[in-house]
This record gives sequence, structure tokens and C-alpha cells, in this order.
Amino acid sequence: MAKTLANSLATFRRYRRTLARFWATSLTAELEYQANFLIELLSVGGNLAGSVFLLSLFFGNGRSLGGWSWEQALVVLGVYTLLDGLTSTVLQPNLSTIVTHVRTGTLDFVLLKPIDSQFWLSARTFSPWGLPGVVMGLVLMAVAALRAGARPGPEAVAQVAVLLVASAVILYSLWFVLAATSIWFVKVWNATEVLRSALVAGRYPVAAYPAGLRTFFTLVLPVAFLTTVPAEAILGTGTSQWLLASVAVAVGSLALSRWFWGFALRFYTSASS
Amino acid sequence: MSRSPLVHGLRVARALFTSQYALMLEYRAEIALWALSGVLPLIMLGVWSGSGAGADAGLTPLQLARYFLAAFVVRQFTIVWVIQAFEEDNLQGRLSPYLLQPLPPLWRYLAAHLAEQVTRLPFVVVILALVALVLPGTLSWPSPLSFLLAVVATHLVFLLRFLIQSLITMACFWSERAAALERLQMIPYLFLSGLVAPLETFPEGMRALAFATPFPWMIWFPARLLGGGQVDVAAGFGALLAWIALLLPLTLLLWKAGIRRYSAMGA
Repeated sequence: MAKTLANSLATFRRYRRTLARFWATSLTAELEYQANFLIELLSVGGNLAGSVFLLSLFFGNGRSLGGWSWEQALVVLGVYTLLDGLTSTVLQPNLSTIVTHVRTGTLDFVLLKPIDSQFWLSARTFSPWGLPGVVMGLVLMAVAALRAGARPGPEAVAQVAVLLVASAVILYSLWFVLAATSIWFVKVWNATEVLRSALVAGRYPVAAYPAGLRTFFTLVLPVAFLTTVPAEAILGTGTSQWLLASVAVAVGSLALSRWFWGFALRFYTSASS
Repeated sequence: MSRSPLVHGLRVARALFTSQYALMLEYRAEIALWALSGVLPLIMLGVWSGSGAGADAGLTPLQLARYFLAAFVVRQFTIVWVIQAFEEDNLQGRLSPYLLQPLPPLWRYLAAHLAEQVTRLPFVVVILALVALVLPGTLSWPSPLSFLLAVVATHLVFLLRFLIQSLITMACFWSERAAALERLQMIPYLFLSGLVAPLETFPEGMRALAFATPFPWMIWFPARLLGGGQVDVAAGFGALLAWIALLLPLTLLLWKAGIRRYSAMGA
């Protein structure tokens, strides 16, 4: 018993060390292109300004958006900006390469490495250019929550942290499963574009949508769990049922992504030249 | 045997289009996914339909729904990817043989875009049919005149967007960073074109600012025509033609200067 525990601790440490190396090397490589930072800052800032302007169109004249006030809706936008930044930092740069590995046959080399292939494919690189989005999202979340009158205590902050991790895990699993289908369909990269465009729905609280779409965004494409549930926790209007449901969806989708990767690999026959 | 330039030009155009169409049919699954990734106006319709903001701007729920469906259609047929195609061709070294042919490569890209639009058409019809099932009574055929005007306007918008992107593509001859300009110009396009909100809902000052840019003419104007709303036809076509007249000589000039700078990859 103690031995297995020691073993898994050692494995954990090995993966942590590997991850640090991976990200340190990609950071060094990316910092060669420092002008990108200014471009990304402009891009994220412009997008955020546009989104805030668009959101402001729904308010005024004492209107609300599906029962959410202006400040509360801004919290949702903050969570969305944070997740979008995470997508540009980790998900997009890593998962976009699966297609290339399958097409050129270099997935063979990945599979031969003495490391979990899903881990390698999901965490190999790191793009610092998504970080402005992460920072702006966090700032918007905090400022809007304070202005909405939320004063979360330490327990609520812990809940929010758990929920944000859960949304990140759900988002990752969605992306990974879709990217993994490239084992069968090489030209699947567009499918992740479809996912990204549909996830834009997460800029608004799910209550803003008509009933049919609300069900769709909760049960089929879990947009509600990505942004609305964490935002409710930040504002102190969340319930423990939603917290549990969110964690369950996160664990379930992560397990699904692992199972799906194993299943997909059974069909991988390497590239024929 | 001497051939008139017109007959020759038509033959080249036909050959270009049919070969590109055959190529695009090979990628129809991809194009279907691209069509699906343009759902943004439909998502926005969901948000707008639940908000009173549309009514405050004088738009009935039916007008809003028709507007966003029309915006979806206009967007589908004005998507331009010349910069990606050019980068790929440049990187793969295909640009040099293209330049040797007695046909400027921009014509090849133009034909590819038109062929892609024809391939896309059935998928757009399917998506619209699905929406019509979910929201019965929303879709209606506009009057023949507005339909014709909307088709012409959409083609002009496509030409304008093609010119803007070609201009940015040409800037790539000078700086590799130029590709970032494309991403940055997409931001005002996204928020000011009317893709996410009808221009009627903008506050006064913001609307005036938006109309000073080419963006609202790219979605809002054709979508109003197609969705059966009242719109100043002369002003719309005037603006589109003026922007095209401004950009066309600029693009050609930059193309000529850029080609002189071009030295093949890896040379």
C-alpha cells in the first residue's frame, strides 16, 4: 500500500518535472517573437472592448439579461475571457498538432515515448500569447463581482477555484475528444473551429437564451457549466447541486476523453506513404 | 487562327472555375464544417430574442429573426481566405510556377473562392431548412427586386472583402507581421458589421462612427435587403462602390510592387 503510494508520488513528480521542462523550452522559443505580445494585447483588448460594448446594448431602460444585471453579466464575460485565454495558451497550440501527427505519421514517435501519449499531446507546448486574455479575464471577473456587491469569503473563493478548474477540464475534454477523431478523419481540424464558434455562446449567462437553446447549452454542449455556473458561484448565487453537477461533469468528461483516446488508438494504423 | 481576347478570357475563366469546383467538391466535408462554424449570428439571435433591447430599437421579434438569418447567409457568401491560401502556396513553393503562367495568381484565388461558394450553397440551404423547422414562419422569400439587390450587394461585399484581404496579403511581401493585420481587422468587422447586433440598436454616436467605416456595409446593408427591411439602397451601393474604387487601384499597385520584391522561398 505504502509502496504504491510512493510509486504514484514518484510518477507525479516525474510528470511535473517534465511539464516544467516542456513549458520552459516553449517559452524560450516563443520569446524569440516578442512583437507578438503587442499584437496579442491589441487583439485581446479589442475583442474585450467589443464584447463589453455588445453586452451594453442589452442593458439600459432598466432591462436585464435573463435576470442578470449588467455587473453580473460582466462576470460571465470575465469567465469566458479567462477560458478563451486558456484555450489560446494551452489547448489550441497543443491539440492542433494531433492532426499533423496523424497525417505525417509522426504520431508513431509520440506513442513510443516512455510517457503517457495523451499527456504529451495535451501539454507539450505552451504559448504565452494567450496569457493577456487570462489576466484580463481574471481582472474583469474580480472587478465586476465587487461592483455587483459580491463579497466572497474564503470558502466561496475555494468553491470558485474548484468550479473554474472543473470548467477548464470540461473545455479540455471537449477539445481533446474532437481533436482525437482525427485518427479517423484527417481533415477534422475544422470541427474544433465549429466548437470554438459555438462556445462563443458562453459569453452570456445561459438564462439569456430561449428554453430550447438553454437545454442544449446545458445537456448537449455544456456551455452552462463553462461560464454560468462559475459566475454564479462568484456572485454567491450558486447552489451546491450545481457545484456537484459541475464537478461530476468534469470528472465524467475527463474519464470519457481518456477512454476515447484508448479506443481511437486501436484504430490507428500509422500513415501509409 | 486569331481569337478575340474576350472569347479567350471566357475560356480561361470557365477552365479555372470548373477545375477549382472539382477541387472544392473533394473538400465538401470540410466546407460543410466551415459553413457550420458560421453559427454566430444564430447564437446572437438567441440572445436578442430574449431581450427587450430589440423592441426598444423598433425591431419586432420577426424582423430580428429575419435580420439574423439574413446576416448568417450574407456572411456565408462573403468569407475570404486568400491570405491563408497565399501563405500556403508561398510556403510550399507553388507561387513561383503560378507566377510563370500568363495569368495573375489573384484570378486563380478569385475562382477558388467562387467555386467554394457554389460548393457551400447546399449546406447553407440545409442549415436554413433546419432553422425553419425550429422557428416556423421566420423564413420568407423576399420580393424579387430585394432578392436581386441583395445578391448583387453580397457579391460586391465579397469583392470588397477580397480586396481588403488581398491588400493585407500583399503587405506580407514586406513584413511577415502583416498577417497579424488580418486578425486585427477582424475585430472591428465582428462588432461593427452587424453580424452580432443590428446597427439600429447602436447608440447614436457609435452608429455614426460605424457608418464611417466600410464594415456595416458588409453585413448590415445586404442583410437588411435580404431580410426585407427598409434601407437606403443608393447609399449602400454608393458606399460599397466607393470603397471598392478606393481599394482596387491600391491592391493592383501593391501587387505589382510586391512581385518585384518577391524572391522564392528558400532561395
